[in-house]
Amino acid sequence: MFKGGFIQNLPKIYGLYTGGFIVFIILMAIMEQAGVSKEAIGIMFVAFTVAIYALIGWLSRTVQVDAYYVAGRQVPTVFNGMATAADWMSGASFVALAGGVYFGGYGYMAFLVGWTGGYVLVSTLLAPYLRKFGCYTVPDFIGTRYGGNGVRFCAVLVLVLASFTYVTAQINATGTIAARALQIPFELGVWVGLVSILLCSMLGGMRAVTWTQVAQYIVLIVAYLIPVFWISNRIGGGVFPHLMLGDEVARIGELEQSFGLVKNSAADIKAAGVPGGLKSIAVSHSGVPEGGMAVWKYISLAMCMMIGTASLPHILMRYFTTPSVKQARKSVAWSLFFIFLLYSSAPMLATLSKISLMDPNLPTGIIGKPISAVMAIDWVQAWSAQKQVFIADFNGDGILQLNEWFMRTGVVVLATPEVAGLPYVISGLVAAGGMAAAMSTADGLVLAIANALSHDVYFKMVDPKADVRKRLIVARVLLVVIGAAGAYIASMRITSILGAVAWAFDFAMSGLFFPLVLGVWWKRATREGAIAGILAGLASGTMYLIWVYPKFMGNAPWLGIDHLRFGMIGAPVCLIVMVVVSLMTKAPDAATQRMVEETRIPSGRTILGKQH
Amino acid sequence: MIQPLIYDKKPKGGKMSNKEKHWEKSKNHMIITLVIWFFFSTVIFMFGAEINSMTFLGYPLAYYMTAQGSLLAFVLLIFWFAGKQEDIDEECGFGEKEDN
Repeated sequence: MFKGGFIQNLPKIYGLYTGGFIVFIILMAIMEQAGVSKEAIGIMFVAFTVAIYALIGWLSRTVQVDAYYVAGRQVPTVFNGMATAADWMSGASFVALAGGVYFGGYGYMAFLVGWTGGYVLVSTLLAPYLRKFGCYTVPDFIGTRYGGNGVRFCAVLVLVLASFTYVTAQINATGTIAARALQIPFELGVWVGLVSILLCSMLGGMRAVTWTQVAQYIVLIVAYLIPVFWISNRIGGGVFPHLMLGDEVARIGELEQSFGLVKNSAADIKAAGVPGGLKSIAVSHSGVPEGGMAVWKYISLAMCMMIGTASLPHILMRYFTTPSVKQARKSVAWSLFFIFLLYSSAPMLATLSKISLMDPNLPTGIIGKPISAVMAIDWVQAWSAQKQVFIADFNGDGILQLNEWFMRTGVVVLATPEVAGLPYVISGLVAAGGMAAAMSTADGLVLAIANALSHDVYFKMVDPKADVRKRLIVARVLLVVIGAAGAYIASMRITSILGAVAWAFDFAMSGLFFPLVLGVWWKRATREGAIAGILAGLASGTMYLIWVYPKFMGNAPWLGIDHLRFGMIGAPVCLIVMVVVSLMTKAPDAATQRMVEETRIPSGRTILGKQH
Repeated sequence: MIQPLIYDKKPKGGKMSNKEKHWEKSKNHMIITLVIWFFFSTVIFMFGAEINSMTFLGYPLAYYMTAQGSLLAFVLLIFWFAGKQEDIDEECGFGEKEDN
């Protein structure tokens, strides 16, 4: 059946896999009809998919350095695109993005533009050049281009800070989903999640992560799109929601007018005992806030996310795995295409979810109905019991008003299938998709950190004479240690002090964006400039974060630059310091300049050897 | 004092080598791409409130652009960028042979 090697047969293998997954979904649907319990279906969905990833991880085990670090540089364009999309779309993207749009409206959607537009920067400024360079890790490029372990270490510092901020949130998400699906306590769920993550990455490094990420992408996109299309058709939104929900968006605008958008006071919320993290709709769905400050807040957030995207090492390193420079470029395009499929669906899901709840003409509508009737609905009871939804009758009229209905953001994705009356098998599918999204991102992040520490710190600084076997053992031990550290922090549930996922983007853009871009585009950039830029950018960004974040010093944001946007301080400082110090120091030597010129030419051999 | 770059000398006779021609074209291509990117990522949203009264496919325009339009523009832009850059590489003799 399979002629030729593994790479030639990829479309067939993943075609079969997708077919198998769909058969599995149908099987689950039949079992649901036959009376198998919801719990059993939830467990089977998560257990079956995780077992498949673990199997792929085991089949991809390797003892080669270049296979471990860059998947042997033989990942074809489209598959690398899928793997990057899974790497990119985190548990937060999957579970919280639609909810963010649901509650945040236009202002929040700056994230959608930011998290996609960044790929234009990746493809024009960085990915093809880093591929030509032939590095194993992002600090590997910085360390070789600028020369020296000092600058290499600075890059590792930024990488660890940015990636670790991100990874605890991912392990937290795998723990939450595993705990819910497998009916175990959260603290145990976190460790179950970690074991699943390590099964995918430990034996085969980048190679194993690549092939599991492709499998995870297929699960997560199927799990996201099926409910969106199904709900849209069920409530009469149109066969193809992305093009046909204009009327629904307009209708939500009318309903917002008739119900009234009311922002509850903090005192009211506290008095009614609304659980923390639950919100009510207070922002217009499709309206655009007026005024220069609103525009600036939108643009600055999108800009931070775009530049941050182009600086995140776990994304950049995916483009080290393609067979050629032109395939690296094309691969960025495919990545964004696969990301677009989910991101463009999130606002549609938010629209469908909102209209399902708000429109009194739909059987699912609850706003404007008597509270006693709403409380009797099955899904309201189930999700209230988990403190995911809450009703507070502020005006005491016994009718549910728009501002009296509270939900957690994740509920939009997790509960909408139930709200719209879809069978439970879809909810099981969504859980498997969320797990895939969180695991794939966690894998990419843990691997990025472990590779930087094993290749850049251990091999390049501590023991340059280490043989291949020893290097790979160190890499794997670090992988386990970092994963365990992340899981330990996640299990302590101190997320409130860890802050937002957006911080990872701000840290990365403060310390890495300009050293990377100028390393390719400005021959005059020097080692001293890079070190000064990285440290100054990181220090100024971090200090500003501490100064502005409400839980730290809590000062009023300067020019509207709040804690989500602190990269707006760090990155410009990094640029200015780097340029000034570079110009004050001795120009790079002829060999370095030739190396930069060589980097800019797509053809020919990589700068660093195949195995280094 | 600012040290000049060793390789910054202008080539003799004003004729550029293939390498320089390639880099010149690549740079221009990058700049054009980033101008288009800036338009769809930033300029449009500077006028979000103004353009939202217009509609596209029944959606308010600014809402559509942030939910779908700009995202789609980025996808198409990168495909176009990659294709055009390959042409530039070929033209200057730096195309990559292997097609695996």
